[in-house]
Amino acid sequence: MAEFEVQIKEENLAFRKSPILTDKVMHYCPGCSHGTVHNLVAEVIEELGIQDKTIGVSPVGCSVFAYNYLHIDWSQAAHGRACAVATGIKRTNPDKMVFTYQGDGDLAAIGTAETIHACNRGENIAVIFINNAIYGMTGGQMAPTTLIGMKTATTPYGRDPKLNGFPYKIADMIAPLPGVCYVTRQSVHTPANVRKAKNAIKKAFQNAMAGKGLSFVEIVATCNSGWKMSPVAANKWMEENCIPFYPLGDIKG
Amino acid sequence: MKEELIIAGFGGQGVLSTGKILAYSGVMQDYEVSWLPSYGPEMRGGTANVTVIISDKRISSPTLHEFDTAIILNQQSMDKFESQVKPGGVLIYDTNGITRHPQRTDIKIYTIDATEEAAKRGNSRIFNTLILGGYLKVRPIVTLENVYKGLKKSLPERAWKSLPMNEEAIRIGMEIIKEVR
Amino acid sequence: MKKEVRLMKGNEVLAEAAIRCGADGYFGYPITPQSEVMETLMELKPWETTGMVVLQAESEIAAINMVYGAAGTGKKVLTSSSSPGVSLMSECFSYMAGAELPCVVINVTRGGPGLGTIQPSQSDYFQATKGGAHGDFHFIVLAPASVQDMHDFVFDAFDLAFKYRNPVMILSDGVIGQMMEKVVLADQRPRRTEAEILAAEKDWALTGKTADRNEHIITSLELDPYAQERFNNKLIEKYARIRENEVRYEEYMTEDADYIIVAFGSASRICSMTVDMARAAGHKVGLIRPVTLYPFPTKVLHELAERGVKGFLSAELNHGQMVEDVRQAVNGLAPVEHFGRSGGAVFSPDEVYQALLTKIINRK
Repeated sequence: MAEFEVQIKEENLAFRKSPILTDKVMHYCPGCSHGTVHNLVAEVIEELGIQDKTIGVSPVGCSVFAYNYLHIDWSQAAHGRACAVATGIKRTNPDKMVFTYQGDGDLAAIGTAETIHACNRGENIAVIFINNAIYGMTGGQMAPTTLIGMKTATTPYGRDPKLNGFPYKIADMIAPLPGVCYVTRQSVHTPANVRKAKNAIKKAFQNAMAGKGLSFVEIVATCNSGWKMSPVAANKWMEENCIPFYPLGDIKG
Repeated sequence: MKEELIIAGFGGQGVLSTGKILAYSGVMQDYEVSWLPSYGPEMRGGTANVTVIISDKRISSPTLHEFDTAIILNQQSMDKFESQVKPGGVLIYDTNGITRHPQRTDIKIYTIDATEEAAKRGNSRIFNTLILGGYLKVRPIVTLENVYKGLKKSLPERAWKSLPMNEEAIRIGMEIIKEVR
Repeated sequence: MKKEVRLMKGNEVLAEAAIRCGADGYFGYPITPQSEVMETLMELKPWETTGMVVLQAESEIAAINMVYGAAGTGKKVLTSSSSPGVSLMSECFSYMAGAELPCVVINVTRGGPGLGTIQPSQSDYFQATKGGAHGDFHFIVLAPASVQDMHDFVFDAFDLAFKYRNPVMILSDGVIGQMMEKVVLADQRPRRTEAEILAAEKDWALTGKTADRNEHIITSLELDPYAQERFNNKLIEKYARIRENEVRYEEYMTEDADYIIVAFGSASRICSMTVDMARAAGHKVGLIRPVTLYPFPTKVLHELAERGVKGFLSAELNHGQMVEDVRQAVNGLAPVEHFGRSGGAVFSPDEVYQALLTKIINRK
C-alpha cells in the first residue's frame, strides 16, 4: 500500500466550515435537510458580516435547538409564535437583522395568525420556512402541508381531504400582501438547489437589513425518518411528489 | 366637607363630562376628588352614570351605594337612584321625559328644565352646563371661580372658545332651578 | 417646584407612567375595561418623543410574545389586558418565567368565568399569585388601590422586574382603571441607551454576539431533568429572596384591633370605610391591605393572630381566593372567614360590615 501525504491546503478544500457554525454535534437525523439549511444561514451571516447584528428566533419543532448550532444570539419562541417574537425584537431593535426559522407545523398550523399578521404589517424580518410536510419532532404526525394520500402517524391510511382537509400553500397566500417584499420556494436536495437556496436566504437577510418589508423563504425539505425512507429515497420521493405540488422558484420580488 | 354625588341619564347627555367638570372644580379648590363612570356597552345610547366624590379628606371608597345628591336626567335613572339618596339629601331632575315623579318626602327635591331652556336658546350643547349651574346653586360646594377653572381644565384647548357660552349657561342654570319641596 | 396635579383615569395614567418611566415598548390588544391604555399611548405618540414603540398586535397571544421577544433584548417592555385576554397570554407567562425575562403585565380585571362581564372583579387572584400557567413559577404581583398607585407601580414593577429578572404583574380592576383621581406624574426618565443596556444586562440579553462573549440564548427548554431541576431550584431560591425582601402592605387602625379585615385593591378602599363604620359602632376593627399579593404579607397577619386578634375577614370581589393565603398565615390561631361579591358586583362598606358582624364578631 503506497503511502501518501494529506495535502490540507485552502485551494484543496471542497468544504469549509463557516466559523458561524458551532462544533456541537447536530441532533438531526442523517439525511435531514435542516443541517444543510443551518449551514447556508451560517455562511450568509458570515458573508454579510452581520454576526453581531443578527438575532435568530427558533421555533418549537425539530429546529427548536437551532440555537445550539450557530454562534449568534437566539430567542427560542413558544410554538407558533416566532413571528410575534421576532416582531418584538425588531421593533425595539431596528438596527438588528432578525430572522425566524420555523417548520410547517409551527409556521402554518399553530402559528398561522402570527405569520400572516407579521407579513401583513410588513415587519422587516426574514422568515425561513422548512416545509417537510410532516411533524418531525413529535414522531411523524400530519402537518398542514402533508400531501393528499400521504401516510403519517395521524393519517395512517393516507391524508383524506374529507377527514383532514387539504394541504395549503402559505407562501402563495402571503405573497399578495403589500407588506411582503420577497417570497420564494427553494430546496436543498441537489448542489444546484443548495446554491439557489443560499442566494435566496442572502437576499432575504439583505432585505431585512434594508427595511424593505418581510421576506419569506420556503425550503421544500425531506424528513426521511418521518417519511420512513432512506435519505436518497426521500429526496427522490420529494422530487416526484412534493415539488410538483410546491413548485420551486420565486413567487414575488 | 364631603359631597357624594351621582349624575345619571342617557349616554350622550353629557353625564360623564358634567361629572368631570365638577371633579376638576374640586381639584382647583384643593379638595380630594374621585370620578367613577359606568362603562361599557351601556354608554352607547343606554343609561350612563357617574359617581363623583369631593371631600376635604382622603377618599376611601370610590364606589357608593347611597348619595348626598342625585342628578337625574331620565326615567330609568329615577327608578334606579331615587331610593339611593340619603335621608335629608338632594334630588335634582329635569322633568323632560319623566313620567313618574319622585315620591320621597324625606329628601329635598328640585327640578331644572334644562332640556327646554337649551331648546329655547337653540343650543343643545349647553344642556349639561345648565344642569351644573342648577346643582351649584343648591350645593355651592366649590366657588364659581374654581368651577370656571375646572371647566377650562376639563376641556381640550380646541374647545376653549366655548368657555364664555358655558360660563353663561352655568349662571342661567342657577336661575332656572326650582325647589319642589 | 410644586408638581402639577392632574385628574386622570387609572388606565390613562398607566400609559403616561409607561412613557415617563422610560419604557422601550408597549404591545397590546384592545379589551374592555382597559382599552384606554393603548388609546392614550397612540394619542401621545411616544415614538416621536422618547422613541418608545407602541404596537397593536393581532391578538393577546401575539402581544405577549412581542413582549417576550423585546424583553429578551434587555428592553423595558410591557403589555396590558383584562381577564380573558390575560388567560390567552398565560402560556407565554410561563415561558417568560422559565427564561427569566423582566417584563410588566397589567391585568385590569373584569368578572368571569369565560367571557364574563366587563364590570370590575378580583377573581383573577389565583391566576396572578399561584403561577397562572403551567410549571412551577411566580409573578411578583402588585395590587394598586388608587390612580396614583397605577402610576407609581409601573415604575416599581419595572424596578422589580429587572432586579429579579422576573415578570411582574400589576393586578388592578375595572374600578381603578376607569376612575379618575388626582395624580402627580413623575418627570420623564430617559430610555436606557444601547450602551447602558449592554453594560447592565451583559450576561444574558440578546444584544448581538460579539467576539468578546459567547452567544446569548433566551430559552426555557431543557431536556435533561436534572438540569431542569437545578434551574428550578435556582428559581425557588429567587422566589425566597423575593418573599424575604419585597413584601409590601398597608395597615389602617390595626394597633389596638380585635378584628382584622384583609382586602386588596379597590376592595381595600371600600373596607377602610367599613373600618370607620365599625369603629363608630364601638368595635375595634383594623384593615390590612396587601400591596404585594405575591409575596403575600404572611408575617404581619401571623403576628396579629399571635398578638390575640380574635378573627379575620378576607373581603374580596370574588368567591374566596386570597382567604386561603390569610388562613395559611393565621394558621389556626383565630377564625378566618371570607366575604365577597363576584361577577362584576361590588360590595358596599355596609355589606362588609354586616358580614363582619355575622361571620366574625357575633360568631357563635
